[in-house]
Amino acid sequence: MNASMPAQPAVSSAPSVSVDRLVKRFGKFVAVDEVSFETAPGEIFGFLGPNGSGKSTTIRMLCGLLRPSSGRATVAGIDVAAEPEAVRRHIGYMSQKFSLYQDLTVRENLRFFGGMYGVPARELAARIKWAVTMAGLDGRESTPACDLAGGWKQRLALGCAVLHRPPIVFLDEPTSGVDPMSRRHFWNIIHQMSDDGTTVFVTTHYMEEAEYCNRLALVARGRIVALGRPSELKHRFASGALLRVECAPLSEAAEAARSAPGVIESAIFGGGLHLTAVKDLSIEGLAQYLAALGIRVLAIERIGPTLEDVFVSLTRDRPNTAAQGH
Amino acid sequence: MRWKRLRAIARKEIIQVVRDWRSLVIIALMPIVMTLLYGYGVTLDIKHIPMYVFDREGSQRSQALLKGFQASEYFRIVKVVHDYPDVVRGINSGRCKFALIIPHDFSKRLAEGATVGVQALIDASDDNTANIIIGYSDGVVSRFSEQVQIEWLERQGITNIDPPLSVDARTWFNEDLESRAFILPGVIALVMAVIGTFLTALTIAREWERGTMEQLVSTPVTPLELVLGKLIPYFGIGMAATAMCAGLSTLWFEVPLRGHLTTLFGASALFLSVVLALGFWISVLARSQLVASQVAMVATFMPAFLLSGFIFPLDQMPAQIRFVSYFVPARYYDTILKGVFLKGVGVGELQFNFLALAGFAFLIASVAVLSFRKRID
Repeated sequence: MNASMPAQPAVSSAPSVSVDRLVKRFGKFVAVDEVSFETAPGEIFGFLGPNGSGKSTTIRMLCGLLRPSSGRATVAGIDVAAEPEAVRRHIGYMSQKFSLYQDLTVRENLRFFGGMYGVPARELAARIKWAVTMAGLDGRESTPACDLAGGWKQRLALGCAVLHRPPIVFLDEPTSGVDPMSRRHFWNIIHQMSDDGTTVFVTTHYMEEAEYCNRLALVARGRIVALGRPSELKHRFASGALLRVECAPLSEAAEAARSAPGVIESAIFGGGLHLTAVKDLSIEGLAQYLAALGIRVLAIERIGPTLEDVFVSLTRDRPNTAAQGH
Repeated sequence: MRWKRLRAIARKEIIQVVRDWRSLVIIALMPIVMTLLYGYGVTLDIKHIPMYVFDREGSQRSQALLKGFQASEYFRIVKVVHDYPDVVRGINSGRCKFALIIPHDFSKRLAEGATVGVQALIDASDDNTANIIIGYSDGVVSRFSEQVQIEWLERQGITNIDPPLSVDARTWFNEDLESRAFILPGVIALVMAVIGTFLTALTIAREWERGTMEQLVSTPVTPLELVLGKLIPYFGIGMAATAMCAGLSTLWFEVPLRGHLTTLFGASALFLSVVLALGFWISVLARSQLVASQVAMVATFMPAFLLSGFIFPLDQMPAQIRFVSYFVPARYYDTILKGVFLKGVGVGELQFNFLALAGFAFLIASVAVLSFRKRID
């Protein structure tokens, strides 16, 4: 476990989500690697990381959709591996693709999920009205979901997922592919839900959205590389290091650098490596470490020790393949 | 099981079916097209076999023999040729299936009381047709030679001759020996197998492909609710298709429906349950629409076509194949259909078949429900 334990949650009571050394393997691939954290009721907890870093896999395990390979997770105090059905009664889940029925209208989608979540008949109309207003879809109740623009679609999907007022909501990249205005609107809704006491677990790969969370876990390659309030993380990484390493052979070097002490992430960029590292990383130490592993190091230089760089390198899509574009 | 969730799923499926009107048109057309296709297109009756005649004698006697063929509805003399190569060409090109060659000394040898051979050439590439041609032509020739014998006996002064034996055939169930009456009831099984399995196989695979299944399984819905809710609309469609096929067969093609409608629809409900459950199961395993549709084709249409007794009689199959056919639910349904349409029998006579269908329905539905995991790995 390479994440520090979270700071004291804002509201002190039993954690709404508690995860202890959770692991998910697909064959030899470790998608989620010993992840641990807790969330407090009413908290907005963010999972920030690039695609393929294990965010969705974690969320799916917490919703009882995937069985953890090892470790333990409880949601609303219920073990997700042992009683996934019981977990489902306490959560709302919005999957990465907007899982609406495109051929159903706004109202039909809401009504369907209302039925599925067992919203009492006498409340259903009021809840649908609430969701329609929340999504800004007043007057468009009879529009097929496929005819809605991204932002509306996304808020409708959220409405479907929270129609039954679950105490804990899991949102998997809810804002991907949505314009900035809609994203802001969406985060306002999330804050309202949080104010009402709902725990919101949200994943994103947009760095600027990190600010909206109460607490944040930075994830890369299945691990939590940092966890804390956004302000704390900023402080910690404000003078973090971004290094450029000229070395060969490249792919072995990328692997080796990843395991080096103080290195958070490594990626092939053009003819060299870009490393994200802690501020006080010793360049000589890194050179020696790599050399000991048989890597020929030609040069190491600091290139951009800003928070932006740290986040960008962390949240870049599949670091190894992104290099091809540069 | 919660009634509310079941209703929500069924309502959603119905909306989706109705809104997808192109598929709905195909669903509505299929029973009609299949019934018309099999009603008009597929006939096992062999009539008006095209035949060539090479009469090397051209006498009154030889013409009398040919009249026998002309009078038969089984043969149609399409050409009279005058040399042997023409006969060969006719058979080779497929213009005739059968050629009769009468020898040049036909009437002379008949008068002598000798046995005269007339040559028959038969295109036996279709062995079944060839067998039937041999049987029919043998019949025509026998009648002619009987006539010759009687004439001869009459000339000897023996009159009032009756043949010692005659078959008094009475055909039951399909009095007019129309293959249509035999085939069309089985078409219902075929249509149901396709509609039932195909559509359900697609409906669940589609949820996987579009990503809606992930949302669906994150709700508290149970597999049983999902299966029942999803299958209800298709059950309705299947029963409507049965009614359409049965209506078209009886009203248009005049296939008799001698049994009770309750027997027909009861059996259809059972068979429909079997194929719907099978479709659901395939869909759970396949997860992609393409794979699901292919598996559905192989798992239902083919056995329903080949191993149900629909067209190909099961009694004539080798024991091993016959054994396999016992695992084909369509076999039992086909037996019931032929029984209820042609024989007018009821549940009593068909109870084994009803039990078999019920057994299959229960078994496959259970497996389908149990194999559905609310997980996405």
